[in-house]
Amino acid sequence: MPRDKHTLLRKFHQARWDEDMIFEMSVPGERGVLVPRAENGIRAEVGDSTSVIPDQLRRKTPPALPEVNQLRVVRHFTRLSQETMGVDVTADMSMATCTMKYSPKVQEHVAARHPGMTEVHPLQDEGTIQGILEMYYKLEQFLKEISGLDYFCFQPGGGAQAIFTNACIVRAYHAARGDNNRTEIITTIFSHPANAGAPATAGYKVITLMPDENGYPDLEAMRAALSQRTAGIFITNPEDTGIYNPRIDEYVSAAHAVGALCSYDQANANGLLGIARAKESGFDLCHFNLHKTFSAPHGCMGPATGAIGVSKELAKFLPVPQVKFDGKSYSLHYNRPESIGRVRSFLGNAPLILKAYAWIMQHGAEGLREVATCSVLNSNYLEKKVREIPGVAVWYAPGKRRLEQVRYCWEKLKADTGVGTEDVKRRMADYGLQHYWTSHHPWVVPEPFTLEPCESYSKDDIDEYVAILRQIAREAYEDPEFVKNAPYNSTIHKIPAPSINEPERIAVTWRQYTKKRLK
Amino acid sequence: MSKNKITYPYIPNSVPEVKAQMLKELGVNDVMDLYAEIPEHLKYHGKMNLPEPILDEYSLKRHVEGILNKNKNCSEYLSFLGAGCAQHFVPAVCDEINGRGEFLTAYAAEFYADHGKWQALFEYCSLMGELLDMDVVSGFLYDGAQAVATSLRMASRVAGREEVLVPGTMDPQALMVVKNYVKGISGPGITIKTMEFDTTSGLIDLNDMKSKISSNTAAVLIENPSYLGFIETQAKEIGRIARENGAEFIVSTDPISLGVIAPPAHYGATFACGDYHPLGIHMQCGGGQGGFIATHDDMRYITEFKDKMYGLTETLEQGEYGFGNVLFDRTSFGSREKAKEYTGTSNALWAITAGVYLALMGPKGMEEIGQTIMHKARYTAKRMCQVRGVERAFNGPFFKEFVVNFDNTGKSVGEINRALRGYKIFGGKDLSGEFPELGQSALYCVTEIVTKEDTDKLVYALEEIAG
Repeated sequence: MPRDKHTLLRKFHQARWDEDMIFEMSVPGERGVLVPRAENGIRAEVGDSTSVIPDQLRRKTPPALPEVNQLRVVRHFTRLSQETMGVDVTADMSMATCTMKYSPKVQEHVAARHPGMTEVHPLQDEGTIQGILEMYYKLEQFLKEISGLDYFCFQPGGGAQAIFTNACIVRAYHAARGDNNRTEIITTIFSHPANAGAPATAGYKVITLMPDENGYPDLEAMRAALSQRTAGIFITNPEDTGIYNPRIDEYVSAAHAVGALCSYDQANANGLLGIARAKESGFDLCHFNLHKTFSAPHGCMGPATGAIGVSKELAKFLPVPQVKFDGKSYSLHYNRPESIGRVRSFLGNAPLILKAYAWIMQHGAEGLREVATCSVLNSNYLEKKVREIPGVAVWYAPGKRRLEQVRYCWEKLKADTGVGTEDVKRRMADYGLQHYWTSHHPWVVPEPFTLEPCESYSKDDIDEYVAILRQIAREAYEDPEFVKNAPYNSTIHKIPAPSINEPERIAVTWRQYTKKRLK
Repeated sequence: MSKNKITYPYIPNSVPEVKAQMLKELGVNDVMDLYAEIPEHLKYHGKMNLPEPILDEYSLKRHVEGILNKNKNCSEYLSFLGAGCAQHFVPAVCDEINGRGEFLTAYAAEFYADHGKWQALFEYCSLMGELLDMDVVSGFLYDGAQAVATSLRMASRVAGREEVLVPGTMDPQALMVVKNYVKGISGPGITIKTMEFDTTSGLIDLNDMKSKISSNTAAVLIENPSYLGFIETQAKEIGRIARENGAEFIVSTDPISLGVIAPPAHYGATFACGDYHPLGIHMQCGGGQGGFIATHDDMRYITEFKDKMYGLTETLEQGEYGFGNVLFDRTSFGSREKAKEYTGTSNALWAITAGVYLALMGPKGMEEIGQTIMHKARYTAKRMCQVRGVERAFNGPFFKEFVVNFDNTGKSVGEINRALRGYKIFGGKDLSGEFPELGQSALYCVTEIVTKEDTDKLVYALEEIAG
């Protein structure tokens, strides 16, 4: 049965396999795969090699892993994949701040299948990894153009680790100047929580700016917080509300005036490609997420890459090694005495470098601007439609255009019906949508939800999405209890207590669960 | 109206008519009107200097493959490289499952629409729990190096102390990562003290350890098998001394060894950590790493984990599994700078893959692969030492890696490795920079995929080069 042409709704039911845990399907003696064994010639030469393990370090009881035949393993994990809703399955404009764009299959196929990527060891002589180094070098040149900053490094294994790396660079910069009194970092409540968490991990005290009545980080509060103790500010723009801060350069100047550095979280850069850059706003450091803006898939939470960019003055602090090109060949440079060292082993996630490189090569400068403008067009179009849904409001900045995402609010729906954002979020699964992103904690906007319909989504995708939200709002007004007990057509039913803090209930492994619950 | 003539396959609304219709709906003439909030002086008015695009998919594929073809790889070359990443057997099923579009393109959403993802990740933690014989596993760290760094920070909080002891043979890459994680702003956050090692065996010098451990010691870290390959045979005694002094005992281990070597919990470890890359994940030039940390079921430890942990729970439907967030406020998602440490996107797809691997292998597979590796590694070491001037640096038992010294060949490791490449062989990692006290030594790694013929080829080449 096709989608209803009038309502744009589907009679959807997600895959539901009632699949056992892998441990519950174990049949003693079954094998999932056989592994290579040492040839007889080897055995004859070395005998039983494991006898050299001292008795107290020998494994005496085999691990209680399940014993499952190969087809059953394949079927099990294929079923679990069917119970998962990736971008390939649904129009995921739900998870805003995450830029859930289409990850082109061509780059995935090359990265996952070419032995020049999959079977390369990171410690091979640099003469034998010239192709990989070429992509590192060229992607660096691309991101320099896109950001205006002078040097890039792709070692961090995600956006949060990129922020940590930038915090380490800020720490090294002040230490190199002999200034050990800068113990504070300033961030904003609508910047990703890693902008608070990562500098704190690097040893900083974190000061968080709350929004003013227009939704901008409070500039006066920041001026009051700035001092000789300020090491840096870690901020994003547009913030998670989708509001672009037009005075961002004043924040940066104020921080520079007290000797602090400014780090730009560009997780929300998708609407800015070719339009606005870190450089023009005056930033010293930035980071992009290659798994968001630059199309590498999100992989259920990674592998990921946080690409960090810095100004010339900070280049000497970047992690080692650095990829260089002398006009003929590419090489790795380790001898950089002021470098912060490493945040991750080897060269980071090389396949993501390939994917980002390929994606930029497929678009060029004009194509990247098309990405940005279409993502902003999509978001503005979606915003107009969502604002028309009963129960929805948008906080802050009335009359101002937002960029590639918007934080919405179900406060009125909750007041009118008792149905809150978590209820609507669960109900979405019944219509074949991914759950939307509410907001990072703490919720400043009440009953929040945040949508980001990036360039990958068609007008029809957006229209269907809006139709579903409208339908759920209608249901909330007509039968709130029904929405509160959703989902009904998903893989599983409502979880009454999704937050688990009691020691006797904590079960993060099957063995812990069986000890506590099945005893 | 846009002047753009190209309709991009990944940008559906780049179709001019659709774009015009949407702009009309918004009451604006030009898409740039939507950028009214960005002041002119903050806009970029230049044109990015990027190459002309390769628009069609076939040509792009040719282009990217052309670049990758410039690499040599371990399918065409015989590799003896390890040091934290090694070429292991990757079952086809692992690639099949991590290539599923649903897993590949899902992200952070919770519990209903992504139930299958949570079950797969929960099963990965559970399978690792069996391998490690520990109840609590947090499986989504960036790599083994970060798992060590975070374990040390956790131990420091648990013990309420700010000094840690690490082995002198510690993986230098991991040590560099650790230093960034333990550094404070005005003085060290956690002080690292290095335990000397015995140069004939590589083992930790227990007298030196005893002289350095004190009531300030939060943790004693060992690697087992060590970075330099040998098995730290004193592990149990080291753990005993650590615990006697009120310090946590952290063991960084290679999970593929645990079918034959005892998991750290069996010899007293309070933390087991490491990198799950060997479990069914391609090397990808270092892109296949992923870290794990495990402890016993003790709230003193559970409350100190920094990443999200998903607990098995029940739904409203009788007997139906669901998942929930365990102690969410530990994480920076829950409490920002007050969190235990920052968290974020790491390597979940590889964690799912490692789970698939362990499900395929079962207890028998893990035992057999451990045996195979040990047989083959010992065979290779023995055969290499038959080459004139080539000797093992340490005399004790090892797992898949061992240090070979070339001093008596009169050649440097760099020279030997260059010559080996002529035979399409990647020799072991040159240690002369990291451990100059070992002379011209290299770290050789032998996994289950190396055949007798491969080893014999290596030995033949070495005889030609150095013998």
